[in-house]
Amino acid sequence: MEPILELKQLNCIYSQGTPFEHQALTNIDLSVYPGEYIGIMGHTGSGKSTLIQHLNGLLKPTSGQVLLHGRDIWESKASVRDAKFHVGLVFQYPEYQLFEETVYQDIAFGPKNMKLDQEEIERRVRQAAGFVGLSEDLLQKSPFELSGGQKRRVAIAGVIAMEPEVLILDEPTAGLDPAGRDAILDNIRTYHKSKGSTVLLVSHSMEEIARSVERIVVVNDGRLPFDGTPRSVFSHSKELREMGLGIPQVTQVFQRLKELGLPIEDDCVYTMDEARDALLRLAGKGAV
Amino acid sequence: MSKEIIEIKDVTFRYPDVEKETPLVLNGVTLAIDQGSFVAVLGHNGSGKSTLAKHMNAIYLPEGGTVYVDGISTAEEERLLDIRRTVGMVFQNPDNQIVANVVEEDVAFAPENLGVPSEEIRERVDRTLELVGMSKYAKHAPHLLSGGQKQRIAIAGVIAMEPRCIVLDEPTAMLDPIGREDVLRTITKLNREQGITVVLITHHMDEAALADRLVVMDHGKVIQDGPPREVFQHVEELTRRGLTVPETVGLLHQLRENGVNVPLDALSVEECAEAIYAALR
Amino acid sequence: MLKDITLGQFFPGDTIVHRLDPRTKILMVIIYIVALFQAKWFVTYGILLVFLAIAVRFSKVGAKALMRGMKPVLFILIFTGVLNLFYNTAGTILWHWGIFTVTTGGIRVAFFMVIRIMMLISGTFLLTYTTSPILLTDGIECLLGPLKKLRVPVHELAMMMSIALRFIPTLIEETDKIMSAQKARGADFDSGNLIDKAKALIPLLVPLFVSAFRRADELATAMECRCYHGGEGRTRLRQLVYTGKDWITLISGLALLAVVCVLAYGFGL
Repeated sequence: MEPILELKQLNCIYSQGTPFEHQALTNIDLSVYPGEYIGIMGHTGSGKSTLIQHLNGLLKPTSGQVLLHGRDIWESKASVRDAKFHVGLVFQYPEYQLFEETVYQDIAFGPKNMKLDQEEIERRVRQAAGFVGLSEDLLQKSPFELSGGQKRRVAIAGVIAMEPEVLILDEPTAGLDPAGRDAILDNIRTYHKSKGSTVLLVSHSMEEIARSVERIVVVNDGRLPFDGTPRSVFSHSKELREMGLGIPQVTQVFQRLKELGLPIEDDCVYTMDEARDALLRLAGKGAV
Repeated sequence: MSKEIIEIKDVTFRYPDVEKETPLVLNGVTLAIDQGSFVAVLGHNGSGKSTLAKHMNAIYLPEGGTVYVDGISTAEEERLLDIRRTVGMVFQNPDNQIVANVVEEDVAFAPENLGVPSEEIRERVDRTLELVGMSKYAKHAPHLLSGGQKQRIAIAGVIAMEPRCIVLDEPTAMLDPIGREDVLRTITKLNREQGITVVLITHHMDEAALADRLVVMDHGKVIQDGPPREVFQHVEELTRRGLTVPETVGLLHQLRENGVNVPLDALSVEECAEAIYAALR
Repeated sequence: MLKDITLGQFFPGDTIVHRLDPRTKILMVIIYIVALFQAKWFVTYGILLVFLAIAVRFSKVGAKALMRGMKPVLFILIFTGVLNLFYNTAGTILWHWGIFTVTTGGIRVAFFMVIRIMMLISGTFLLTYTTSPILLTDGIECLLGPLKKLRVPVHELAMMMSIALRFIPTLIEETDKIMSAQKARGADFDSGNLIDKAKALIPLLVPLFVSAFRRADELATAMECRCYHGGEGRTRLRQLVYTGKDWITLISGLALLAVVCVLAYGFGL
């Protein structure tokens, strides 16, 4: 399969030629394939924000290429702008970017910038609102009247409405309570399944990532030390901890159980269901 | 412990609105916080936990009922400064509580307001920055620090007031795991080593587990109150109320549901692993 | 890109310039500006430039940082330069085209005007670079102290200024972030005519204002929680103490002003 998005030998150096010069990304190679659900992990300052802002052309690489369907997005002024419609990026705390008079208009901002006709805009706004679980009657309200969680949904819908092939969300659950967090993650998962579009989820909550994604990319010090299935990535628990990242609690419990001497067949369990089933098998009770 | 530093008696509160009757945000809360204790208040967004926090140093005044801080009713306007210097408050967004452009001058802000003599302010600033582990950054500009560092400066700014109690309203919500850990370590240290009463408002279960006492709120009421180990046993009720228990407790609960005899009160990874090991060996 | 704006930023340091009393520094800047407006010709400008260079040298701020501060006012500089170039028609005509005339007088006026603005900005920037905003406001508050008798809310004004300075970097960062977020939704801040550009700013300005109000509200609460109740009975971490070096600096500043005035008015230099 052809990758949808590709980074080739990407380097990013901030404030080049000044005493503040700082290499944020070093020789990054990354391929994103259609339909993938990828988790991006890294602590603050690891370069993950810089990385995702390269994917939709918000930042220009110091050297190296960003390819969308095999074509360099920096080919022309038009292609850079176009990249933003193909690769949708939801920033951290996106509710702070709402500005329109009504929720409807705010969600329609992206599609309008794409110069779509009214009918298509309306269809997309309603569909996007549906994906994030915003009810019809909220559409005519002012976004500033909504609760924090609802505002966040409006902001996410604003990007989904552009129907990007790749959707990137930077810490979409930051600051939410467990119920709000689960609801948003569910929305994103549903969106991914029904649209079949590619989703990149940036997070530093291991539990959150473990539950959703099928591939994890770890960013550390401007490089990508690990890239693979959650199972393979979480097996590097020692290195992850050194990078200021943790592994899910259940994985830690299992590693400890193995040290204690329980005959654990699979040493890299990372979801609650897997953990329960594995332990029940051990207890001779059979999996549920 | 001996004496209550904060006493909340049958408090009701709603946000005033000229047009319509708004629902009660606090609906008869009674709670006493012991001097020197570490209490976590847990609840989902809209449960009233932040509103309750804001009653603890007279930012809000109760509609019905009374709040006493060290025996003074928060409704006594002329004692406002005494109340505020007894109970300090730290908020979610560190950026919006730092007043000054230099770390040490920000920490000095509260003592300056209280009219503390210059030499003593100097001592307090140095001691407080040491306490939160930020002495190195005394002359730095706060906006260049990380979220966790900024939040520790905000805590130092409150501690410099020498309050007997510190209320933290979701202090880690905007921080990454490293920043969170630093802030939590600082809070625990303040409680254990300095004897400062800590009230931690949070929706993170693992943070709540650090406390000696856990108060769970829902719909403006206190629905659970006890040591974390005890409260976490009510896994189903907590989940129903939009809260989750730590993965360790969740796993033990699921095992129990399926007939494996494990205790529910093993919070840490180590305890959890040992409990499972003991049951399955 | 917005982060490059260094307006009103403070570079912490421990040089003699940093350690001077803020009142001295404020007065020195005023004296320097007054002198700058008296300067007439290379000699007087030269003297002031040497003075500025010494101050910059001692402060260890670095000429580069000062020049970077010039960037936001580049347009004003060019505009003033060009305007003066064509406006003043004294002296011999060097070039003439339509209504545009360039004369030696014009070049001279334009040259000195640009130099004057640049030196003026450098001088004031040096003050904000080397004086923490809190000390700066302390200094202003103290100097304006006598106005309190006239019921001018000096403390409040000083506090407002200090908070404004504290939030400049925060708001700049926020502007950057909102701009990127709207660009990610296809907002275009660069193309189109003036009206288009003004319209394109709405998605930036509305969130920025909303957030500024929210911050103001939260900050006010946080300040009250830290027992802020106006200027009454407030003490200071750092007491402003006038020392020998302040007096020496101030006296040499006044001497500088006198020399510049004598040279400018007595000798036309």
